[in-house]
Amino acid sequence: MATHQSTYEPKSGFEKWLDERLPIMRMMHGQFVDYPTPRNLNYLWTFGGILTAVLALQILTGVVLAMHYIPSATEAFDSVERIRRDVNYGWLIRNLHAVGASMFFLAVYVHLFRGLYYGSYKAPREVLWIIGVIIYLVMMATAFLGYTLPWGQMSFWGATVITNFFSAIPLVGQSIVEWLWGGYAVSGVTLNRFFSLHYLLPFVLAGLVVLHIWALHVSGQNNPTGIEPQTKADTVPMSPYAVAKDAVGMAVFALLFAWFVFFVPDYLGHADNYNQANPLVTPPHIVPEWYFLPFYAILRAIPSKLGGVIAMFGAIAILVFIPWLDTSRVRSTKYRPLYRWFFWLFVFTCLALGYLGSKPAEGVYVTWARVFTFYYFAHFLIVMPIIGIIETPKAMPRSISEAVLGKKGNGGTAVSPATAAAAAEKR
Amino acid sequence: MSSHAEEPTRRDFLTIAGSAFAAVGGAMALWPFIAQMNPDASTQALASVEVDLTPVKPGQAITVMWRGKPVFIRNRTPEEIQEAAATPVNDLPDPEPDRERVKKGHENWLVLVGICTHLGCIPKGQSLNDVKGDYGGWFCPCHGSHYDTSGRIRKGPAPRNLEVPTYEFVSDTKVRIG
Repeated sequence: MATHQSTYEPKSGFEKWLDERLPIMRMMHGQFVDYPTPRNLNYLWTFGGILTAVLALQILTGVVLAMHYIPSATEAFDSVERIRRDVNYGWLIRNLHAVGASMFFLAVYVHLFRGLYYGSYKAPREVLWIIGVIIYLVMMATAFLGYTLPWGQMSFWGATVITNFFSAIPLVGQSIVEWLWGGYAVSGVTLNRFFSLHYLLPFVLAGLVVLHIWALHVSGQNNPTGIEPQTKADTVPMSPYAVAKDAVGMAVFALLFAWFVFFVPDYLGHADNYNQANPLVTPPHIVPEWYFLPFYAILRAIPSKLGGVIAMFGAIAILVFIPWLDTSRVRSTKYRPLYRWFFWLFVFTCLALGYLGSKPAEGVYVTWARVFTFYYFAHFLIVMPIIGIIETPKAMPRSISEAVLGKKGNGGTAVSPATAAAAAEKR
Repeated sequence: MSSHAEEPTRRDFLTIAGSAFAAVGGAMALWPFIAQMNPDASTQALASVEVDLTPVKPGQAITVMWRGKPVFIRNRTPEEIQEAAATPVNDLPDPEPDRERVKKGHENWLVLVGICTHLGCIPKGQSLNDVKGDYGGWFCPCHGSHYDTSGRIRKGPAPRNLEVPTYEFVSDTKVRIG
């Protein structure tokens, strides 16, 4: 794919003039129009495009909200209410932004598990994968910072709990936390800096997304078979094939998004956050947003302050090492009969940790949280290396077109683009 | 129907219909992001103010805030009214008789938006010891516009008379602006 040359041909005089000076149209054409995409990509591959669109929407709605929001301990809460009640379409823009955060994580989890299932992290896509993990981490930081801004009870106590993670660091912990707070507790000073950083990080994310796509277009997309495209018959041009498919995926995703925005905008939040922040009263049951629950469960499963924080950050950091922990020669779990069971067990583990994270940290919940925390790490540190060695993979097709077209593809007869596309869709 | 290659195909129809649908949808989705910058409900709720005029003696003026703008309310002396009414209208840059700038029966009260029609500065002339310009009304220090005792532009770069806001007398001593 790295060798792919753009077939761009400047038509007008202006396009020729520009192409000699800044070949941006040539680059865009080569990367997003005639770029060869594997012909067998399924709908799980539309989530990259969906995520890019959601990031753009979050930035757009966020910039608008910042026009009306006041980052001050005394006025933040009221200004959010003013946005919801008085600002023209403020209710819509605010709901889009709040629900958008959840949709962003929903899409990123689908994207991430897609990558895990089809082995998209394996060579030569390690850097692509690691940039993805960094994007995920920055996303989490951005979401957390944003959640503090409405300055409700959950905002305040979420900020208190999460910044206190750093107090677990021996010797300098307390100093670091006070440095983060700009005081001796979370206060309006903290709110101001969180607002500033919440505005900054999405643009860092956008930059990381560019690197992510760059790395993707150097190695080329993985595909459901995990076999690299070998001939022209294995790929179709990105436009219109992949673009049209992405558009369908986006439209369906937009339906779900819109349902939340227009019918249950507060379903994914907490009622407590409509009480203004009160530094003297902690809500009785404090839980993070749903997308942080598995990590919250891991934090609480470890009966040691420092240990819990290390396990929680470790649960994200370990993702960086997956390309080397997975010893299998086969990418796609489709051809891995044994690993497939463990993959679904891992999915179940993450869902179970999410459920346990939403429950009070007592009794049987803690016991189960420990069991699943153990498996979370065991999956990467024990299962992945060992299964890769002992497993006998299923017979694999020789090429993508053979996988798609069966024996028909073997004849080497030219396949017309129309039939190729139709066949790709049937997969 | 002849079967020429130029006949539009179903794909052409779908492409055009799909693009048109997306364009209309995109434009509609854009609207909330534009409309959000218009004055919001809390701003519009402040769109009218009531002012008690009892403490303002003839020759005095007060400034009140309306929609974030200064509004001049002047209790004019009989001489000032006389001067304003006697000015030949046709000689003015923005011809307008004094009687159209006040309410009948309340000719002593002049209510004006206190913003120079040139580039938005606030003219001098509200305080007793302010410079009132060559015509005894207001004088804008930014670019030297002179307004008379009816708030009409007489000299300087301003193109129009000081604006008279919508207002009405609720009683003889109370006025509602907006």
